[in-house]
Amino acid sequence: MSETEVQPRAYRRPVSTWWWLEKRSYFVFAMRELSSVFVAWFVVFLLMLTYAVGRGDDQYQSFLDWAATPWVVVLNLVTLVFVVLHMVTWFNLTPQATVVRLRGQRVPAWAIIASQYVGLAVVSAFVIWLVTR
Amino acid sequence: MTKRRVEPILWLLFSAGGVLAAVFLPVLVVLFGLAFPLGWVTPPSHDHLHAVLGHPLTALFLFGLFALCLAHWAHRFRYTLYDGLQLKGSKGLITVLCYGGAVLGSVVSAVVLATVV
Amino acid sequence: MADSIRLQVSRYRPEEGSAPTLQEYDVPLRKEWSVLDGLNYVKDHLDSTLSYRWSCRMGICGSCGMSVNGTPELTCGTFLADLAPGPVRVEPMRNFPVVRDLVVDIGDFMDKLPRVKPWIIRDDEPEPDGEYLQTPEELDEYKQFSMCINCMLCYSACPVYGLDPDFIGPAAIALAERYDLDSRDRGARERLDVLIEHEGVWGCTFVGECTTVCPKHVDPAGAIQRYKLKAAKESVKAFLLPRGAR
Repeated sequence: MSETEVQPRAYRRPVSTWWWLEKRSYFVFAMRELSSVFVAWFVVFLLMLTYAVGRGDDQYQSFLDWAATPWVVVLNLVTLVFVVLHMVTWFNLTPQATVVRLRGQRVPAWAIIASQYVGLAVVSAFVIWLVTR
Repeated sequence: MTKRRVEPILWLLFSAGGVLAAVFLPVLVVLFGLAFPLGWVTPPSHDHLHAVLGHPLTALFLFGLFALCLAHWAHRFRYTLYDGLQLKGSKGLITVLCYGGAVLGSVVSAVVLATVV
Repeated sequence: MADSIRLQVSRYRPEEGSAPTLQEYDVPLRKEWSVLDGLNYVKDHLDSTLSYRWSCRMGICGSCGMSVNGTPELTCGTFLADLAPGPVRVEPMRNFPVVRDLVVDIGDFMDKLPRVKPWIIRDDEPEPDGEYLQTPEELDEYKQFSMCINCMLCYSACPVYGLDPDFIGPAAIALAERYDLDSRDRGARERLDVLIEHEGVWGCTFVGECTTVCPKHVDPAGAIQRYKLKAAKESVKAFLLPRGAR
């Protein structure tokens, strides 16, 4: 804590538990952090898929049926929204967090962001090709 | 001399997981979470998916993806509980639950992925 | 344009011991008047008991930071006409103890600042004659971070600092980065030892509000993330390399 003596009767404004609802930017931040829960959920979902595939065609088909039940679909729709939020915020903050240099020149923020979307497109195309070919 | 600290390592794992989640999860959620179950796209046959998942390179990559995504979750969620809900009082418990959960999840990932290889 | 605007000013009188209350004043609304001009009008014509800090009126001394309608601002650079028709809520900067009315206790920041050693560190013996030379490119490396005026708006915007006053905070870390990036400085290691602690960079969750509110475009949030990367690289080295090579 501070070594300077705080005035005995100085007023300290308490921080509300709901401080992250006080401003739009705080709320977006809280949602960004919450996206990690959906990242973890989808890892669990993919593990269940892998497990079902390992146990044979019947198990795989019944996993797909279960994944089509309304509550799982809704959960995965919400997951998609949060995963996209994570992706957009992560890409946007990268140029602020890292300095990239090419031949001594600092790469501008827009170029860093754009190259991440190019990477996303390449990866997505590869995954789609690998899974559906 | 730099003191050995675990916090920077956790942050590196968090960041690596954040990059992988941002790049790989959107397409995986669209395909396996929505398009295949709802029949927008014909799901891959069991044989094909088994062959893809069973390739050692795929399994190794997926293990890395799962473990780092879980590390990403553990680190971020820990701070969400600290700051968002002001649960600093139960710091120790939160730390154990978050990072412990990620370690446990990584072990389960290894076991499950081993069943298809 | 209406000819007056209402200020809702937070009043706190420690001798009365109760929580702050809002007091309303109507001040002239003029195109060129800032919130600080409005407060000066109150002090000169309506209520001489109002306490607040100010000095230069031109956005460089960093004294007049307050919370204007909930946002940390330099009141000398925030214009009443932009906030019309009002009312305009003027409160002390958040996250600091309030001494009286709009005056906060900045002792915590003053204690933290020297901990990151924000000065050029050299161990040349003897000191060279004349100046340490620097090219314009080397100046550009750190110039942005040297624009900080210690106004503490970033501390007031930072929820992490509000929740954990031990966090060393945005401006101090940005200033550490300013000296680390200075080609004349040799003190990066000493600063890293301070910032690699939990109260150093790791409390930051990259909310980014410090950068949003900074009147000088210093980007403390960016500085903190870069520091994390720097600290992480050093830590990995410490784990991997044998003692002698570090």
